[in-house]
Amino acid sequence: MAEFGNPDVVQEECDVLMIGGGMANCGAAYEIGPWAAKAEAELGRPMNIKLVDKAALPRSGAVAQGLSAINTYIGSEQDPADYARMVSNDLMGITRDDLAYDLGRHVDESVHMFEEWGLPIWKMDENGERFDGAQGMTPLADGGKPVRSGKWQIMINGESYKWIVAEAAQKALGAENIRERVFMVKLINDKNDKGRVAGAIGFSVREHTIYVYKAKAILLAAGGCVNIFRPRSVGEGTGRAWYPVWNAGSTYSMAAEAGAELTLMENRFVPTRFKDGYGPVGAWFLLFKAKATNAFGEGYMVKNKHMLDDYPPYGQAAVPASCLRNHLMLKEMKDGLGPIWMDTVTALADLREVLTPREVKHLEAEAWEDFLDMCVGQCGIWVGENIEPEKKNSELMPTEPYLLGSHSGCCGIWCSGPDDIGAPTEETEAGVPDHLPSGWNWGYRGMTTVNGLFTAGDGVGAAGHKFSSGSHAEGRMAAKSMVQYVLDNKDWTPELDTDVDDLVMEILKPVMTYMEHKDYSTAIDVNPNYITPKMLQFRLQKIMDEYVAGVATYYTTNAEMMRVAGEKIDMLKEDAEKMRAKDLHEWLRAWENYHRILTAEAHLKHIEFRQESRYPGFYYRADKNFVDEENWHCFVNSIYDKESGKWTCFKRAHVDLVDKSKLFK
Amino acid sequence: MPTFVRTDKCDGCKGADKTACMYICPHDLMKLDMDGSETGHPMKSFNQEPEQCWECYSCVKICPQQAIEARHYADVVPLGGSVQPIRGTDSIIWSIKFRNGTQKRFKFPIRTTPEGSIDPYGGKPEADMAKIKDVGFFVQHNGYRAGDPSELIRK
Ligand SMILES: Cc1cc2nc3c(=O)[nH]c(=O)nc-3n(C[C@H](O)[C@H](O)[C@H](O)COP(=O)(O)OP(=O)(O)OC[C@H]3O[C@@H](n4cnc5c(N)ncnc54)[C@H](O)[C@@H]3O)c2cc1C
Ligand code: SF4
Ligand code: SF4
Repeated sequence: MAEFGNPDVVQEECDVLMIGGGMANCGAAYEIGPWAAKAEAELGRPMNIKLVDKAALPRSGAVAQGLSAINTYIGSEQDPADYARMVSNDLMGITRDDLAYDLGRHVDESVHMFEEWGLPIWKMDENGERFDGAQGMTPLADGGKPVRSGKWQIMINGESYKWIVAEAAQKALGAENIRERVFMVKLINDKNDKGRVAGAIGFSVREHTIYVYKAKAILLAAGGCVNIFRPRSVGEGTGRAWYPVWNAGSTYSMAAEAGAELTLMENRFVPTRFKDGYGPVGAWFLLFKAKATNAFGEGYMVKNKHMLDDYPPYGQAAVPASCLRNHLMLKEMKDGLGPIWMDTVTALADLREVLTPREVKHLEAEAWEDFLDMCVGQCGIWVGENIEPEKKNSELMPTEPYLLGSHSGCCGIWCSGPDDIGAPTEETEAGVPDHLPSGWNWGYRGMTTVNGLFTAGDGVGAAGHKFSSGSHAEGRMAAKSMVQYVLDNKDWTPELDTDVDDLVMEILKPVMTYMEHKDYSTAIDVNPNYITPKMLQFRLQKIMDEYVAGVATYYTTNAEMMRVAGEKIDMLKEDAEKMRAKDLHEWLRAWENYHRILTAEAHLKHIEFRQESRYPGFYYRADKNFVDEENWHCFVNSIYDKESGKWTCFKRAHVDLVDKSKLFK
Repeated sequence: MPTFVRTDKCDGCKGADKTACMYICPHDLMKLDMDGSETGHPMKSFNQEPEQCWECYSCVKICPQQAIEARHYADVVPLGGSVQPIRGTDSIIWSIKFRNGTQKRFKFPIRTTPEGSIDPYGGKPEADMAKIKDVGFFVQHNGYRAGDPSELIRK
């Protein structure tokens, strides 16, 4: 291995580079093979496709631990338009119907593949009895009936979900084309065209090697962002965020630095979960029909129902938006009526009334499996506190905020959508920078506003509720259009706009800073010449928590608080230049935190620009504490200038492609 | 619940060039202490940043020696419980012990096909280049939902 501070540098060229091996890129890796094989004839050579991930594919990304449900399955009984409507209402009316609808028509294809590959999917027999997914019942593709835990969700035995999906991806792409433990730091634009991507740079945390890729097309799908806000647990439990601690905003920050237009970065997700363990509540509400109450047994969804009328029409749909459900719960907490309880005792007792003893035993196992498949930590809380759900209720709590685009959140990158469902071809809002496209599609599905740069899953903004299955399907759609893009650009050769030596020095800076100054003080972590990535992260979290609507202020901010936060973040960005890395592991942490800062800054700038509180229950602007449909029923988008470090925010018009009034009939 | 490695069980994956736990941890937490300089236990692994552990159990499930367990976050959870899996090829068995001694055991299926058996393109058609700009994937598996065209109000 190269000596620390003097890494090997490996340069490679490929047609397609996939960054991140999560659900989205596993989908892309599967779909791309047959198209690439066919493209060979026109290209005159095999297409060269590479995938890099900071972790190991079988356990990387948000599905590392497993999942207990597939949250997006349309089924033959529902229409993609119904799905697009639900997505829109849950995200307070501002989503891209073109993207949601397109996902809705494709997503079940991926679910059927998962089942073929070996994922056990629960089934229901003719009598309505539930069976786990290993009973050899009719597959979904042949008409088997799934167990719905909600209108869109189906239950699975998903401990090995990612393991299975990754196996298909690895075999499809070939192990020799996958490089694990490589963290990507930056995209590199084309020398002759700033609006085009030409490559990317990152490093291995195993060998001391920096990798520089040149690529015609890049699919950036490195998940969402956690840990920009101070988490509720701050000691040994810091790692127990709801969102997996390893997705550090790389998708948003790398795209922004490359010049890609971001959208709805003001949106965030604040899930209500079981307190401390952050175990999932979906199956408890939907499958076991449990109710949540305040300390005095009052159901806050009923008691505070009138508060939904403050937010027409989103509060008045059959299922009110997720943020509004938080809004009703926060009212109880702020009024001092907590703790909030999930009444598991009554729910299970009620079910015992109608079920056979065999079914009851199965039910108990189902309740535990819901956690063991996807959030073992919650079981840790239960065993430590002697909580048996049939005997003792559990507390609920809203988490710290996360940024993501595939779960019940919709921040991300502005992407080209399908052109066959009536999406706008022109922009009607003034103020969009000239170089950006005006309609919602510009040729390649999933391409960002930077030529050759594609995204999927958490990367695609304004289209939440894709979840695991939808992210996979979205990756597949992007794979197809990347093959087309490579063919359309077959005579073009990418050239990096920055010298490789300069790029290497930039990436290596935290290491060099450490080497240069480490002997200045006796205590390695306290040294005026550098800051440890850990302390930098704490500082970011403190700023965001206290000024930008974290848990410290019950998710509340205002213009002045954000102005102060902006000043502090400017200094933090300067200090990020002085991050140190004492080993390969800390080098990883340093660049993760750099990605976090940019993602946090985008979040701040967008909330500042939007003169209303679009997501009550997720965040409040105390100075603009209302939803303003007249002026702000629009997208807020932005671009970042990496030379000046400045953001430009602007509006884009929102247009409905499916009739939303159906939600309220 | 950060993970910890039991000194009596870890064998450093027998000196293989990468240990199973280092290979799998999504957050780069597990580390082999080659010479014992970091833990006093040469050729055994440890969790180098326990406060960054997501309790995803990936390392626990993969360790061939069952040497990795989890001790619930000490700043949050009372001591004494444990949640320990044994993951096989088609199912996983969980042994659960409460602080008060209550025990439970669950077994869940994890996979319906043999591990490593996926043949991604076996029996699948080739892609049709004439359709590369159309909607749909290279293979149709009864899951494409064309949708009711009258729902699209601007078309
Ligand atoms: C706690 C939780 C519970 C969920 N529950 C469900 C559920 O029950 N059902 C459901 O259907 N969906 C669920 N989801 C949603 C689902 O997991 C996501 O929608 C999906 O994983 C998103 O796919 P992705 O590819 O965009 O991101 P991920 O799957 O998160 O993949 C991101 C990948 O990028 C890699 N990466 C990150 N940064 C870099 C970098 N700089 N360089 C290289 N690689 C990098 C990561 O290692 C990872 O492999 C849940 C999500 C969470 C967080
Ligand atoms: S996988 Fe188990 S045996 Fe191997 S190094 Fe890690 S703890 Fe030790
Ligand atoms: S439980 Fe997960 S995050 Fe924690 S050390 Fe093991 S693999 Fe890493």
